[in-house]
Amino acid sequence: MALSKDRLGRFDPDNPMAGRVTDIGPRHYWQFFPPVIQNNYGKWAYHEILEPGVLVHVSETGDKAFTVRCGGMRFVTVDFVRELCDIADRFSDGYVRFTTRNNVEFIVDSLEKVEALKTELAKHTFAIGGSLKFPVGGTGAGVTNIVHTQGFIHCHTAAVDASSMVKALMDGLFEHFTSMDLPAQVRVSMACCLNMCGAVHCSDIALLGYYRKPPAIDHEILHKVCEIPLAIAACPTAAISPAKTEDGLKTVKIKVERCMFCANCYTMCPALPMSDGQGQCVVMMAGGKVSNRISPPTFSKVVIPYLPNNHPRFPEVVEATKQVLNAYAADARKYERVGDWAERIGWEKFFEKCNLPFTEHLIDDYRLAYDTYRTNTQFKYTEAAWAVTRAAEGEE
Amino acid sequence: MAFEPKRPQKTYTYDDVRLFTDAELNNYTAEEEKNFKIKHDIPLLEELESGPWPSFVADSKRYALRRRKLGEEGKLLINPDVVEDLLGQVELSMVHGETHWKHGGIVGVIGYGGGVIGRYSDLAAKYPGVAHFHTVRVAQVPSKFYNTAFLRSLADLWEYRGSGLLNLHGSTGDIIFLGTFTEQLEPLFAELTRVLDVDLGGSGSNLRTPECCLGKARCQYALYDTQEMCYEMTMHYQDTLHRPAFPYKFKFKFDGCPNGCVASIARADMSFIGTWCDDIRIDQDAVQGYINGAFPPGGGSHSGRDWGKFDIYAEVINRCPTGCMSLEYGKLVIDNPNCTRCMHCINTMPRALRPGVETGVSILIGGKAPILEGAQLSTLIVPFMKAEPPYDNVKEFIDKVFEWWMEDGKNRERIGESIQRVGLQRFVSDILGLPVAPQMVKEPRTNPYIFWKEEDVPGGFERDIDDYRSRHAR
Repeated sequence: MALSKDRLGRFDPDNPMAGRVTDIGPRHYWQFFPPVIQNNYGKWAYHEILEPGVLVHVSETGDKAFTVRCGGMRFVTVDFVRELCDIADRFSDGYVRFTTRNNVEFIVDSLEKVEALKTELAKHTFAIGGSLKFPVGGTGAGVTNIVHTQGFIHCHTAAVDASSMVKALMDGLFEHFTSMDLPAQVRVSMACCLNMCGAVHCSDIALLGYYRKPPAIDHEILHKVCEIPLAIAACPTAAISPAKTEDGLKTVKIKVERCMFCANCYTMCPALPMSDGQGQCVVMMAGGKVSNRISPPTFSKVVIPYLPNNHPRFPEVVEATKQVLNAYAADARKYERVGDWAERIGWEKFFEKCNLPFTEHLIDDYRLAYDTYRTNTQFKYTEAAWAVTRAAEGEE
Repeated sequence: MAFEPKRPQKTYTYDDVRLFTDAELNNYTAEEEKNFKIKHDIPLLEELESGPWPSFVADSKRYALRRRKLGEEGKLLINPDVVEDLLGQVELSMVHGETHWKHGGIVGVIGYGGGVIGRYSDLAAKYPGVAHFHTVRVAQVPSKFYNTAFLRSLADLWEYRGSGLLNLHGSTGDIIFLGTFTEQLEPLFAELTRVLDVDLGGSGSNLRTPECCLGKARCQYALYDTQEMCYEMTMHYQDTLHRPAFPYKFKFKFDGCPNGCVASIARADMSFIGTWCDDIRIDQDAVQGYINGAFPPGGGSHSGRDWGKFDIYAEVINRCPTGCMSLEYGKLVIDNPNCTRCMHCINTMPRALRPGVETGVSILIGGKAPILEGAQLSTLIVPFMKAEPPYDNVKEFIDKVFEWWMEDGKNRERIGESIQRVGLQRFVSDILGLPVAPQMVKEPRTNPYIFWKEEDVPGGFERDIDDYRSRHAR
């Protein structure tokens, strides 16, 4: 049965329920496994990374599955999809897989096929600009692809664009994508607002778009488009209260000194727009992870409260990321993730070694902030500590 | 192992369903691609064409060329300028530092309360191709294996009835079709379900499309069949996936082991993480192989730098978080009851160590990003549960959780927040009817502000001031 070319296809607006099919779910996975996967399902014994981006999984049956992993874009066109299908049809029996981090994987059953595939992939570059379409890498102790959100391409709450920052960052971190020379894997992620569709709250290094101005209030339409009690209830700091305009229209007022710029009110009420190009910025967080390996999963911590939203290449963000990554690469021990390293040396040393200023913005003043205060004397001396001593006249 | 889909799967080749001819699919030359200018000036975006990483701008521009040509031949159902107008709008958004999408918009397909997200440009006059730019979430294959017949068929459908722009994949896991007009939503849905045999994913206050790691398909660490379980749960809870009955979104994610490759502990309201309850399997000869340098530690994960000779003490035994490993007379010994299954030794010596064979899942609840009460990681609720088809034990547990949350959850409150509001102990004891355990907390409380119940205390809460005064003068 071919896809329909009719304008409304199989949908009949006069009889919308006719022939309707619902609740069928995803397609079943088994038919999409290449034979080497079907034959060895649940029988894998061990794996090795032969070189950056190339893995071999060895089965108890003796079979081997070779995977070539390529950095992918989350935002692609159908042309790109067809191009990777052409490669899959020629080199991997028409099968292809995507990873959770938007990488593309071709799985083959021999080392010869790996070489042929790699040669082919290297030939695929964009006619415009010459960037690679299928860079091979993203395995082991390196930087793999950055998970990210929609940004200006599709989102109404984006405080910064996403795809452009990720492209700029991956260009800047490319040598770490194609090598495995870091102390452990470094997971970088990016979210364009506090909703964090990319769940950047548990990444080694996370970049987050953030607002820094309270919402504007569109008094004229607020009473028409907004459930006022819901907007009021949406505010985690109770900064929003009911009000009336001079003309007697129902509206809200905002105690701006209470606003923490989370934009939750805007989600509930379109008459409270947050966007303001002057105010928006990028926050860097670091030291989080989701794996249970050695240390438990943990949240990322805010380490840079403000970086400019300098589209399209975000030079300050790229530089700051490299700064943290280089300090980590130089100082961390084998197997230590960024957060493990910071915990071992102490966060005061993290700021010193990364050459990042510790500003008042980095001390929590939201709920449960006390949990992050130091309540012991086991600190290390850094210049930041001496600055306090001097200011307190504790030193000649 | 049974690989029985819940329903018969339609099989089709690309040629069975295709919409475009080969000539239509190859309708521009490399020369034309190089010289093509889109209708808007996009100098900022064009800065992103250089550099080694794949350029989404270069990809979008070449595709805009193809669309323009197809459009001129009348072979597309929505505005052929959609890609050019999108790039124009994104460029202007970069100049302004502000997004130009309007807030929300309720669109969808009949009978479903999710799967489609309405989106409208606030510059529709300037960029008419993106006046409507609705998103359609298509259910991905759980661990994202595909064949080209399926991907090519999706590509044709989406090019014809939408923008041809998509995410592979969105943050929750769906294939995301980005940008079409309202008129094409129902036709798209009909073609997806009736011809391509695939459904929409979740959005809004629904169960979101569940996601799993690749599990037994290509990983020796998979401690249960993540794909089978993810697929089964996705099918079993189809109704909640398409029809919003929850206070807010709800996500299942299935990680095969504590390495957590789909980040379920951070990103799922209910995280299923593979674990085991017997002993780590040791191949002592292979341990010697690592010590002798015959095998690369970590399967070669650190081979890009010279870290020196493998040192089993420095790299494994002394890194064990519980100190439960030792080397005795050349043999590796593991004090298994004290192991917390962090995976480090297994990850580092994959040929020598394997997880036990008594396997199941740990169930954790409440992970989420910061909106609203701050970020949360999932909390351990069930330390170990067998996870085998038909998963009736797990379904019963899930149903209990859903029943309570649908009744007691507040509007836009994630379950992690609901649990915080009522207290973990109440959630576990009163709602789930389970005993509490020290495994559920990092440490016991540091304050004695216990909400004792009336029945806990002799004589109850009824106080009699006269009785009190009979012993105490005013």
